Amino acid sequence: MVLQEKVAATAKPVTGVVILRKAVQIFGELLITAGIVLLLFVAWQLWWTNVESDAKQTAAVKDFARDLGGPVAPAPTPAATGGTAASGPKDYGAPVVGEAPGHGGTIGIMFIPRFGENYTRPIVEGTSADVLDTLGLGHYGNTSMPGAVGNFAVAGHRQTHGAVLDNIHTLVPGDKIYVQTRDGYYVYVFRNNRIVLPSEAEVLLPVPNQPGVRPTESLLTMTSCNPRFGSEERIIAYSVLDRWQPASAGPPAEIAAQVARARGEG
Amino acid sequence: MYGWIFRHLPGPLWLRVLTSVLLAAGAVFLMVEFLFPWMSQFTQFTDSTIGAPRNP
Repeated sequence: MVLQEKVAATAKPVTGVVILRKAVQIFGELLITAGIVLLLFVAWQLWWTNVESDAKQTAAVKDFARDLGGPVAPAPTPAATGGTAASGPKDYGAPVVGEAPGHGGTIGIMFIPRFGENYTRPIVEGTSADVLDTLGLGHYGNTSMPGAVGNFAVAGHRQTHGAVLDNIHTLVPGDKIYVQTRDGYYVYVFRNNRIVLPSEAEVLLPVPNQPGVRPTESLLTMTSCNPRFGSEERIIAYSVLDRWQPASAGPPAEIAAQVARARGEG
Repeated sequence: MYGWIFRHLPGPLWLRVLTSVLLAAGAVFLMVEFLFPWMSQFTQFTDSTIGAPRNP
């Protein structure tokens, strides 16, 4: 404005110069705008998507947990604390394997105490962007269901959209991972992780990296991106099914508080 | 550009300030709702699956 007034005050401005000044000013403003938009985008991607997804996932967990019903109190398990496999909790036999729901349907809830006492995330059928970007852990449709002999594989974001597997590298062999479904509770024990190239789909095979071999173990495979803010590689975490208990037996004592809290009763 | 828009807004100064704040908020909303989700497909943070590329 000041510029224009000055220009107007002086005798007959050269039109070309005025147009050039205007053009430079508009170009500069556009560049500043682009910078602000990019900053906003970074804030949205790294912060806001987490806020949004956390809210949606908490609601999804609560809905599913309420829908399940069943006892929240753990069944009395004598000598369960600190027991080995032999003296451990009651053996309920071969795990019941549920039917896979349709795309976007909730399979269950995953509890990983290593990621925080309150870590509860929904496991949803499908690994497309609509599932992973809002609903949490996505189940690879071509892999087994929880408890089945074979490979139950899920994917989750390392960063953004809830960052459900942000701390996947902090798992220590022996860490328990609990999966709650309509049928019951499946307790997996973390075994090892691997870092592979994004193309190595063999990690999802019933016996990972051994095509055609008949599985004898029930595995839980989690995949996420690696390194934390990149996607040049994938981090794969393998866990082995340790035991299971039906829903009627109540949750394992270790996660009873979290199960109650997930239902909104804690 | 922004100066030109501000000068052409109707009303007294306070109304023009209010209108520009609302316009900016509207622009941010549109970006969050449409532009940023579209842009995020060009970032790498969200590729967490393995094997076959993500289906849209």
